[in-house]
Order: sequence, then C-alpha cells, then structure tokens
Amino acid sequence: MTSRLQSARQTDSVFHTEDLNIYYGNFLAVRDLSIDIAKNSITAFIGPSGCGKSTVLRCFNRLNDLIKSFHIKGKIYYHDQDLYASEIDPVEVRRQVGMVFQKPNPFPKSIYDNIAFGPRLLGYKGDMDELVEQSLKQAALWDDVKDKLKAFGTDLSGGQQQRLCIARAVAVQPDVILMDEPCSALDPISTLKVEDLLQELKEKYTIMIVTHNMQQASRASDYTAFFNVEANSKGQRTGYVVEYDRTEVIFQSPKEQATQAYVSGRFG
Amino acid sequence: MPAPDFATARRPGSLNRSPTSPRTLFASAMTVLSVLFTLLALIPLVAVLVYVVVNGLPRLDIAAFTQLPPAPGLRGGGFGNALLGTLLTVAIAAAISIPFGVVAAIYLSEFGRDTRLAEWVNFFTNVLSGVPSIVIGAFAYAVVVLTTGTFSAVAGGVALAILMLPTIVRTAAEALEAVPNDFRQAAIGLGATRMQTTLKIVLPAAVPAILTGIMLAIARAAGETAPVLFTASFSRYWNTTVWQPTATLSRLVFDFATAPYASQQQLAWTASLVLVALVLVTSILARLVTQRRRK
Repeated sequence: MTSRLQSARQTDSVFHTEDLNIYYGNFLAVRDLSIDIAKNSITAFIGPSGCGKSTVLRCFNRLNDLIKSFHIKGKIYYHDQDLYASEIDPVEVRRQVGMVFQKPNPFPKSIYDNIAFGPRLLGYKGDMDELVEQSLKQAALWDDVKDKLKAFGTDLSGGQQQRLCIARAVAVQPDVILMDEPCSALDPISTLKVEDLLQELKEKYTIMIVTHNMQQASRASDYTAFFNVEANSKGQRTGYVVEYDRTEVIFQSPKEQATQAYVSGRFG
Repeated sequence: MPAPDFATARRPGSLNRSPTSPRTLFASAMTVLSVLFTLLALIPLVAVLVYVVVNGLPRLDIAAFTQLPPAPGLRGGGFGNALLGTLLTVAIAAAISIPFGVVAAIYLSEFGRDTRLAEWVNFFTNVLSGVPSIVIGAFAYAVVVLTTGTFSAVAGGVALAILMLPTIVRTAAEALEAVPNDFRQAAIGLGATRMQTTLKIVLPAAVPAILTGIMLAIARAAGETAPVLFTASFSRYWNTTVWQPTATLSRLVFDFATAPYASQQQLAWTASLVLVALVLVTSILARLVTQRRRK
C-alpha cells in the first residue's frame, strides 16, 4: 500500500530539512532549520518553553496541517521524498511516522481495541491477537495487562497508559516514532521505564523526542538539538536551532555559549 | 516598616450578632421572601400533577389502554388507538429527525467548524427552535396533508420531526464538541482519516450524551398538541396504515376534555395522566443514560 514510501528506507538519514521556516499566518514560529535525522537513533529536541520544539516535531508527520494558518517555507525530505509536495497524502505520512503525545491519550476502549485500532484501519489481515501481544511486549506492557486485555485503556495508571500509547503507535509498524514530551505527565519510575523502552525501540524504529528534562536527553538520546528563542522588534518570538550534534558533545563540550549555559542549568 | 503600636492600636468592635441591625433585618426578610416565592412558584406545578393524578386515576384500568374511544354518551372504552398513535407518530418523527440531526451535528462539530455554512446552519437551527409549534403544524399540513390528500401519522411525524430537529442538532453538536481533542489527535496520528476518526472514535465517545438529547426531544414531541392537531388529526379507530388519520393522546385530550360527555371527560383526564407519565419516564431514562456516562 505504501510501497513508494517503504522502498525509500535504504538511506541512513530518515529526515532531512533545508532552510525550513514555519509560519502561523504571518508569524514566523521557527526559522532556518536545516537538520538531518539519523536512522535507528534517538534524536532529542531540548530548549526553553515556546521555542518551537513541538511545532517542529509535528511538521514531520504533518500533524500541523490541522491548524489552518500553518504553512512552511523550505523543504522537509522523508528519505528522498518531499514531505510537503502536493501529491503526498498526509494520512499515508502518519502511517509511516507515528506519534506519542505529551498527555497519555488512550481511546475510551479496551486495551485490545486500543492496539487493534490502527491495524484495523489499515486493513490488517494477519493474526490480530499475535500483533496485539507483540506490540504490548515491545512497549514493555504485556506482563502488566496480559490478563485484562478487555479492561478499559483509560483505567490504567498514567505510566501504563503512556506505554499503551507507545504500543498503539508501534502496532501499525511505523518507520519513525515522534514523541512530544512523553514523560512529562509521568512519575520518575514510569519515566525510567519509558526511557529503557526507547533504547529497545531504536533497534527497529527511528525516534524523535521533545523533552524538557535535560537528564532525560543526556541519558536517553544519541543526538540532541538545542533550540532557543529570540524576539523581534514587534515582540514576536521565533525559535531556531542553536546547536545540533551528538548528545555527548552537546552536554560535555558544546561549541556555543548559549548551549553551555542551558545544559548546565544557568538559564532556561 | 515601623512596628505597630499595640497599646494605641484601635480595638475591634464587638463581634456579637446584632439581630436588630438594619443589615441583619434586611437579610432575614429577603431570605423569607425568596423561600416564599419559591413555594408559590411550585404551587401550580404540584397542583397540575395532583389534579391530573386524582382525576385520572379512576379510569386507569386495562380497558383504557386496550379499547377504542366510546361513542358519545356511552360509558367505558379507552384510548388504545391514541396511545399507539402517539408512539407511531413519535417513532416516525424520530426516524426522520435523528439521522438528519446527528449527521448535521457531525458536520457542525467535526468538518464545518468555523465555516460560514456552519454559522448559518447554527443560526437557522436557533431560529427553528423558536418557531411556534402551531406554525410547524401549519407547514406540515401544507406540505404533507395537502399533497397526499389525507391526514396521516406520517404528516404528524413530519411535523414532530421538525420540532425535534433543533434540539437534536444542538445537543448532539455539543456532545461531539465535548469529546477531548486528544482522541482526535491520537486517531489522526495513527493514520486515520477525518471520517474514520469521527465515526470510530469521536461519535462512539459522544453517544451517551447524544442519546440524552434525543430522549429529551422525544419527551417534548410526545406531549405536543399543536403540530399534530391538523396533521395526524384524529380517529376513533385502530390504524391499519400510516397514511390515515391517526389519533394521538394529546389530540384526544384536546377533543375529549371539552366534550359534553362525562365518560369522555374522564378519559381525557386518564389520557393526560398517561401522557405525563410517558414524558416523565422518558426524561428519567435520559437522566439515567447521562449518569451512567459520568461514572
């Protein structure tokens, strides 16, 4: 069904942006973004609030399309395809590029139906029980819920709900998983579980994660992009990437002073 | 800041309640007044209920539910055909207004939000809910009765459907809008289209609230007289088709309450009681559905 998209999974870089400028109407939200996202790695976006990290993340699965005033200038390539070309179907993009949201948002359905929702949409013909089990195992949730698959997803604890959402994203076998502050609503133990999970998931998927937690970025990610924000004369705040490098470089020997200040906690 | 001088600081006045101060007197008087007016407002409500129950009970027997209205001057009989007629016209009205209403609400809430068309639909829905029900009856008379050449359950159903439509559209649109956006984003993030998201996630989540709105619309329609007065009209016989004059409880009350025969007046009271009970039961069901959702 998505052979064109799937055949492109050869290159090492999954996403590549060129001079990406993101607008809401006339307002420039993020400027001059040119980055590459490496395959089978975890890329973290860090930076102060309002610097456009989530906005950028949502460009990669075209979720921003839901906002009327949103538009971009510049290019985003998914493998070798122009993601915003007119012939691209955003619905197909979202089947390849899954998303886990800040607030756990399981559907008001059973755990089983939560996982099966995506595959059913795609017309999955295989063994659904098997797929549900595998997805829950990949999200490290199988042992918690294997005896109560008929229970409501919304009745689980916050951490379990978020792992259910990860399992739900994994079930459609995407190429990339976007995570928008997936641990901000979780307690420290659940957070560690999700972080451990990320390390296993990157074997099969490319992961991009927005986080406000710098320990999380330094513990869990391979690459880190540090975003900052500056206001123009009219007081409009535009985000941009200060520095993008391997995570250990960003946290131990950053080239920019602003990055150094942020990761050492002196500002932000 | 200099330390306060406690020795010379002004001591507070007495904290005791003073029952004769103007403030206290005014407050007490207003409280008494508001309780009094609340009770006064309840009198007509309670009086109607008591009156209907007391006058309706004597003929609340099996015959009332199963038999046809008595010929003028005769005793006994019932309003079985009118009870069935009410259920029939309301069922026809529901079959018309629920699909239209819910689909319109889906457009308003999910697809047309903030569009000019949605604004107009909203505006006309509000206008429609303010149109006097006798006017709706006249409209259905002109459109259905005159074109088909007969009073009928269908004509009554169409009139009631128009009456129910604004309530259903508004409550269903509100129910859909109340579904958290998180669900929509989750479904769209999984590669669902807008329509799949609406039909598989948003609509099921809103069903209990939509049902409540439908029940309330049905309860109101069942009790309306003006729209069925000259659309379904009246009949002393059982219905064999939906294309014949059809008795309804509200029309039967209208006719028999003013009839000169005691037995018909008595039946009007009992029919009123049954109508009130019908509306009450539907409203209570609507409440129960809502409560189950909140759990």
